[in-house]
Parts: sequence; C-alpha cells; structure tokens
Amino acid sequence: MSINPVLLKELRQRFRNIKSPLLIALYLLVIGALVLGFIYLLWRHMPGYYRPDSSRGIFILLSMAQLGLIGFVTPGLTSGAISGERERQTLNVLLTTKLSTGGIVVSKMLSSISFIVLLVVATLPLYNIVFLYGGIAPSQVLGVFGFYMVTIYLFAALGVACSTYFKRTGVSTVTTYGLVFALGVGTVLLSGFIIEVTRGPFPTPPPLIALLLMDINPVMVMLQVLGESSVGMERDIWLPYWSIYLIFYLTVGTLLLFWSGRKLNPSRARGTKFRV
Amino acid sequence: MIQVTGLVKKFGKTTALDALNMAVPKGSIYGLIGPNGAGKTTAMSILSTLLLPDGGTALVDGHDVVAEPMAVRGVIGYMPDFFGVYDGLKTYEYLDFFAAAYYIPEKTRKPLLGELLELVNLSDKYDSYVDLLSRGMKQRLALARCLIHDPKVLILDEPASGLDPRARAELKEIIKHLKQLDKTVLISSHILPELGEVCDQVGIMENGRLIASGPVEEITATGKGASLLRIEVLERINELADFVKSRNRVSNVEQDESGLRLIFRGDPRERGELLREIVEGGWAVTEFSETKRNLEEAFMAVTGEADVNEH
Ligand SMILES: Nc1ncnc2c1ncn2[C@@H]1O[C@H](COP(=O)(O)OP(=O)(O)OP(=O)(O)O)[C@@H](O)[C@H]1O
Ligand SMILES: [Mg+2]
Repeated sequence: MSINPVLLKELRQRFRNIKSPLLIALYLLVIGALVLGFIYLLWRHMPGYYRPDSSRGIFILLSMAQLGLIGFVTPGLTSGAISGERERQTLNVLLTTKLSTGGIVVSKMLSSISFIVLLVVATLPLYNIVFLYGGIAPSQVLGVFGFYMVTIYLFAALGVACSTYFKRTGVSTVTTYGLVFALGVGTVLLSGFIIEVTRGPFPTPPPLIALLLMDINPVMVMLQVLGESSVGMERDIWLPYWSIYLIFYLTVGTLLLFWSGRKLNPSRARGTKFRV
Repeated sequence: MIQVTGLVKKFGKTTALDALNMAVPKGSIYGLIGPNGAGKTTAMSILSTLLLPDGGTALVDGHDVVAEPMAVRGVIGYMPDFFGVYDGLKTYEYLDFFAAAYYIPEKTRKPLLGELLELVNLSDKYDSYVDLLSRGMKQRLALARCLIHDPKVLILDEPASGLDPRARAELKEIIKHLKQLDKTVLISSHILPELGEVCDQVGIMENGRLIASGPVEEITATGKGASLLRIEVLERINELADFVKSRNRVSNVEQDESGLRLIFRGDPRERGELLREIVEGGWAVTEFSETKRNLEEAFMAVTGEADVNEH
C-alpha cells in the first residue's frame, strides 16, 4: 500500500507554493488578533484578576472564530480541486492514466483537508492561553477539535463535489460558499420559520424537521459542544446531541465523494455536455 | 491495432463523427488529416477513453474503449491538442508522478526517466520547473510522458501545432524514432506536408467521415481522378484565370506571376480538350503539365471532390 501519486503531487505543490505559508500566517494572525484583543479588553477592565469564566469566554470566542474561518477557508481550498485541473487542461491526461477517478477525488480531498487541519493545529498554541487561566478541560478542547474534523470533512466534500460538477472554478466556489452558508445560517432560519408557521394556540413541541435542521447546524452544535447548551432546545433525546450531526456530516460527505468519483469517470459520463 | 467501425458521436445537433471507419495497422504511423471541425479530436478522445461514443465500436489492441477502458489506458499514450502542465513541479517530478500513475515500480523509475528525457532531448532540464519550460519543451516533455508506460499505441493530437520549424523537425525525428521502437502512432495535424514525410498511411477526414485513406504515395499520386495542373502562358493571365474558372471540372484556381495552378477532375481526353480550348482562345501556352503534388494539395483535391459529390 503506497501513497496515491495524486496526493503526493498535491502535497508537494501545496507546500512548495509561497501562498501556503502566507495563508497559515494570515490565519494565525486573524485568530491571534481576535483573542489578544479580547484579552486586552478584559484586562483593561480588571487588571491582574484571575477569573476562570473569562478564560471560558476566550475559549468560546476562539472556537467560534475558528469555526468561522474553517467555513471561510475550506470552500476556497477545495472548490477548485477538479475544475482547476480542467481549467489548466491537465485533467484529461490524468484521466487517461491508470488512476481511478475515485482515487483522484479522494486524494484531492485528503490533500486539501490535511492543509486545513494544519491550519487548525497551528492555532493550538493559542489554546494554551485558555489553559493558562484554567477553567477548561482538555477533553473539551478535544471535543471541539473532533467537531472541527467532522465539519471540515463535509465542507471539503462539498467543495470537491462542486468542482467536479461545475466546469468553472468560479461557479464551483460560489456554489460551495452558498451551500456552506446554507448549512451555517440557512438551517437556523428555516428551522425558525417552520417553528413559527406550525405554532398553534397551545404550546406544542416543535416539529421534528425543525429540530433536525438545528442538529445539522454547525453553530448550534458547536455551542452545545462548548457546553452552552441552553441555546439548544429541550426535547426528549434518545441519542447524544452530536450523533445526528456526526451521522449526517459523515454520510453526506462520503456520498458526495462517491458521486464525484463516478461523475468524473468518463466511462460513465454518457450525455456529458462538455469535454474534460 | 486500432479498429474503428461505424463510430458515431453527436454533440446536440452537430454530428462530430458520422459512422467513422478507420483501421490503423500495427507498427504504422497513421496521419489523420482534416479541416477544422472534421472530428479528429473527437475521434482521438474516444480512442483515449475520454469520451463515450453514441454508436459504433472502437478497438485498441483488441480492447473495446467502452467496455474495457482501463485495459485501453494501459496500451495508449495520449497527447491532447491543448494541454497544461502543473505549477511547482520539476521535470523529473512531473514524469515521476505519471510513472506512479501507471503503477511503475519506484526502483525502475529513475533509469526510465533518464532514458525518456534523453529521447526527447530534455536531459539538461531535469531539474527545471515544468511551468517554466518553453512551449516546444513542454511538447517534448508531454511526448516523454506519453511514453512512460511503454504503450503500444500513441495518440498524438496535433503535436506539431505551435512549434517553430526547428522544433517540428525535432519532433519528426522523435516520431521516426518511435517507429523503430515498433510503436503504432496515430497522429493528427494541420501541417499536412509534414505528415507526408513521417507517415506510412494517411486518412483524410471530413464531416466526421473518412473520405480517403491509404499509403501516402497512393493518396498523393492520383487523388482519385483529380490532378493538379500547372498552366503557363505568355500574356493575359487574368483573362485565362476567368476563362478556366468558367470551365467544368476545374476548381481551386490559383494565380501567380507566370501562370495558374488548378485542380482538374477528368480523364486525359477531357484534359486535352481543355488545352485545345485554351489554345483556340488565342493564348500562347508555354506550359501545360501535371505537377507532382504534396500532401496538402492532395488533401485539397480530395476534400474538394467530396464537396462535388455532395452537390
Ligand atoms: N464538447 C463539444 N460540445 C459540442 N460540440 C463539440 C464538442 N466537441 C466537438 N464538438 C463539435 O464536433 C465537431 C468536431 O470537432 P473536433 O474538435 O473533433 O474537430 P477537429 O477535427 O479536431 O478540428 P480541429 O482541426 O479544429 O482541431 C465540431 O463541429 C465541433 O464543433
Ligand atoms: Mg482538433
């Protein structure tokens, strides 16, 4: 079992590209500035104080900012995976080799994910600030990172699928951002809308679909992971709160990858309107 | 080696391939010639398993391109008409990537890459970034890439386009060398005279069909009843041009300082008739001869003929 050549090539290109370290630096700068700015504000009000709940505030801020950045960076890094090759006119040659289209798609996905994971891991030292003050368990940080991985998986799969489907990277990128936005904001709006519409004269539990929409919303689930579960709605749960999120994100992500591999395969592309 | 039978491909309303039949014998260099939009690229894409046909069959080394695409991919090296290279990869990494993509074991890759770069004359660019190579170098690198898994068949779509005369000459040398390596080569080109020199066989395509094919000498010789005439007269060349244009069986009249060149379709008796008419018209004819044609003119003659047949 050896590493897929596409993955090796992608990593080589990625880490040789001057943009990569710049992106890492920028990413750290944005998150770092946010956290340090927040700490500065706290200290200005109460210099020299030790307060566990303020470190909790930092933790929440840090994690939310990170989620926002992931939602911002992932589509950008994945939505050109296949369409980029198509635009550079390297795809058809790749497709005449003995590599499977599934392998190409998965390798593209892995190389993008590994870079995003690198970005996230690079922010780990910032979490030291949180530990410095205490009040946060390492297990909570682990939970947050696990949550990130699941989220990145679906976001990246969305980007790769869009770039397989759309001929142009521009269209693919816009669509991926749109889908990520729909997951991050649209689900909550829709859920709220459904609850409003179905509200009767007497208090009734919200319809299941509204709850499920909340359950696949990354911000809502993130708040629960952070222990701010008061935001979530009370209901009789027979599964842990994160299970629907986990199942939905992993299943849909995997289906998207399978679909992309099939779509890319010219031997199945009967009726394709464009030449690769 | 390549056997195409009744191949059909439609893009919406356009019929790119209209029951194409073509056979490329093993070990031959087969030139596919045709005007823009004839369907050359479409045919080559189907043979390279990048496009599914709407009908007909195409076999490469006995493997059906639709039913056994992976087997076909192992046998062919494909060079598209337009292609790009990757940024941030060095020449040997680029080739190494494709070697890996054909599952060539790592141990054998290093000597192989050296050999291939030697073959295409790029040994000194071993360590250069591929995106910084010149167009001609990229073209040669692509050829090396096609050869990496030692395929029996090479499908080269207009490999000479965009190359300067010297680079073209080099390319021809490489293709001739491929023949010695016992490869079957299918090559398309706009630069018709070029193909005459390298190819054993040519096929002339138009409107998705093969309208003529055979050994180069045969195609260039008689062109199926059409011949290229050179007529020189002492004066009134313009008038003569108008006169011959008004005759039947004459087409593609070209005029220069000393005379005319035209394509004539007809038997020797009809040709004699034309000469008599010209002489009777009072022109002092100093030359009236059939010139030996190169492939380009043969191509004009044959595709022109196809037009005549249609109307
Ligand atoms: N992806 C496509 N979608 C729609 N029509 C296409 C597509 N590809 C080719 N065609 C049409 O099919 C016909 C044949 O095109 P093809 O590219 O095979 O010609 P060609 O012989 O390679 O021409 P050229 O010498 O210009 O390269 C043309 O009419 C072209 O417009
Ligand atoms: Mg073409």
